Amino acid sequence: MNQRPRGPVLTGAHYLDGDHACAEGAIAAGCRFIAGYPITPSTEVAERLAERFPRIGGTFIQMEDELASIAAVLGAAWGGARAMTVTSGPGFSLMMENIGLGVMTETPCVVVNVQRGGPSTGLPTLTGQQDMMQARWGSHGDYEIIALSPSSPQECFDLTVTCFNLSEKYRVPVMFMMDECVGHMTEKVVIPEADTIDVWPRRWYRGPRDKYLPYAPDKDGVPPMIRAGDDHRVHITGLTHDARGYPIINAECQQICVSRLTDKIRDNADDLVMVKEEQLRGADVVVVAYGISARVATKAITDARKKGIKVGFLRLITVWPFPEKKIRDLAGKVGCLVMPEINLGQMYREVERAAAGKCRTMLVPHCGGWVHDPEDILKAIIEGAK
Amino acid sequence: MEIKVSGFGGQGIIRIGMILGKAAALNDNKSATLTQSFGPEARGGACSAQLVVSDAEILYPYLTVPDILIAMSQEAYEKFEPELKEDGILLIEEDLVKPHPVRGHIRQYAIAATRIAEKLGNRLYANFVMIGFIVAITKVVPKQALLDAVPGTVPDRLLQKNIDALEQGFVLGEQKLAEAK
Repeated sequence: MNQRPRGPVLTGAHYLDGDHACAEGAIAAGCRFIAGYPITPSTEVAERLAERFPRIGGTFIQMEDELASIAAVLGAAWGGARAMTVTSGPGFSLMMENIGLGVMTETPCVVVNVQRGGPSTGLPTLTGQQDMMQARWGSHGDYEIIALSPSSPQECFDLTVTCFNLSEKYRVPVMFMMDECVGHMTEKVVIPEADTIDVWPRRWYRGPRDKYLPYAPDKDGVPPMIRAGDDHRVHITGLTHDARGYPIINAECQQICVSRLTDKIRDNADDLVMVKEEQLRGADVVVVAYGISARVATKAITDARKKGIKVGFLRLITVWPFPEKKIRDLAGKVGCLVMPEINLGQMYREVERAAAGKCRTMLVPHCGGWVHDPEDILKAIIEGAK
Repeated sequence: MEIKVSGFGGQGIIRIGMILGKAAALNDNKSATLTQSFGPEARGGACSAQLVVSDAEILYPYLTVPDILIAMSQEAYEKFEPELKEDGILLIEEDLVKPHPVRGHIRQYAIAATRIAEKLGNRLYANFVMIGFIVAITKVVPKQALLDAVPGTVPDRLLQKNIDALEQGFVLGEQKLAEAK
């Protein structure tokens, strides 16, 4: 990285890999705080921000571990910063407890996971899509989360901005589920002028000081926020709490508190779900894919169409909340849904659940370490078209 | 067009792919997707960069059958030569690769990139000698698009040396191409 932009945003056309594009997306979204612990294949995101931040008034802290990293991010967010951490599978596991704290305290922040093969330290340098369920269920308790998955360096830029926007709008940690292949893939990335990038502000509380309640929601179920230390009475806790933020340990308060945390995402699922649809009308088979697997699937889809098979393509950009309405609708219209993913069936379970037996579903699994052979996806499409 | 650049870690293999891709994507109005593979070791291990260049949007980002192979080590040559298209172009580092008889209609060109770089003062310029050579022979991007892509990819103080290396590779490439006709 040798370009030296005038303002913080690196406006222009660049040849960047996904990791670097994600870092630039964070800067464009106004992120000025990152705490992390280096881990392949995500380190380039942190590296680039560590170099960029001192020139633009940002703070990069290399923490002692991932537990501390996410804790620092939550603290920074309450201090008023747009904050992010970056990791891969093993670090993601270590962050889970405090991701739950972020959900419970409704702290806007972004957690980037450039996925590699697991379990455990697994395949440090090689790809995987094996943390998809962990993103959804990894922390204890009942909650809803938002997670997006990019398929190109351009999307690593664009969707990082979206992650920050959604985290501010819904006051929830947003998971950015990259994978090693997209992270280390280099393509043209166009970064717009700073003032044309849609960056959503924090939902600041603007009412009278003495009326402030940290967890009194707006109409859409999300409470406005203050900056800790800005002269408001504020109490936040991981314990079940009332509108004042005080712990109330009973079933009634739990019902109100947890329902709101989940409903603010569930009730807005239509607003949150982003997919890309291609030739779904009249399709006999639809391939459902996300991340690098969506890029790999395009070859199989092209080859299948050459054989005269009517194949549609549904690319998931939002993975959580899961686009179940889309799948349910499709299941009533097509013969088979084919899903390649670089795990042994994670998002596939959601596809199967949403399809609810209304059409066939086929998983094309892969243990990780490399992408699918497009032939394997093609075989599944041919089988699904029978 | 599918290009594979291969050698060992530390030769600047990925950078060759990076600069060619940048030249195509930013200065020649093409789509260019670079993917890479490397082991945990940064230096000394086998390493390759895969570049797809196309007039259309690139959906599938990986190589199927390479049109062009650049081999800067024997190991890389042995491993990747069998994958090269039957009428593809093969460029080798002539001091580091001892080739077998040419297969099919492959056009093979050799350059002593490392030796030329050493004469320029540092063997680290070898990848830029090779970049010039590649562009002269394969015409994957216009020369000017390549030259415009170089600034920002090496430290400014080494820019001129690297450009000199590129120019030498380019001239040699044009000569070899003329000899072959």
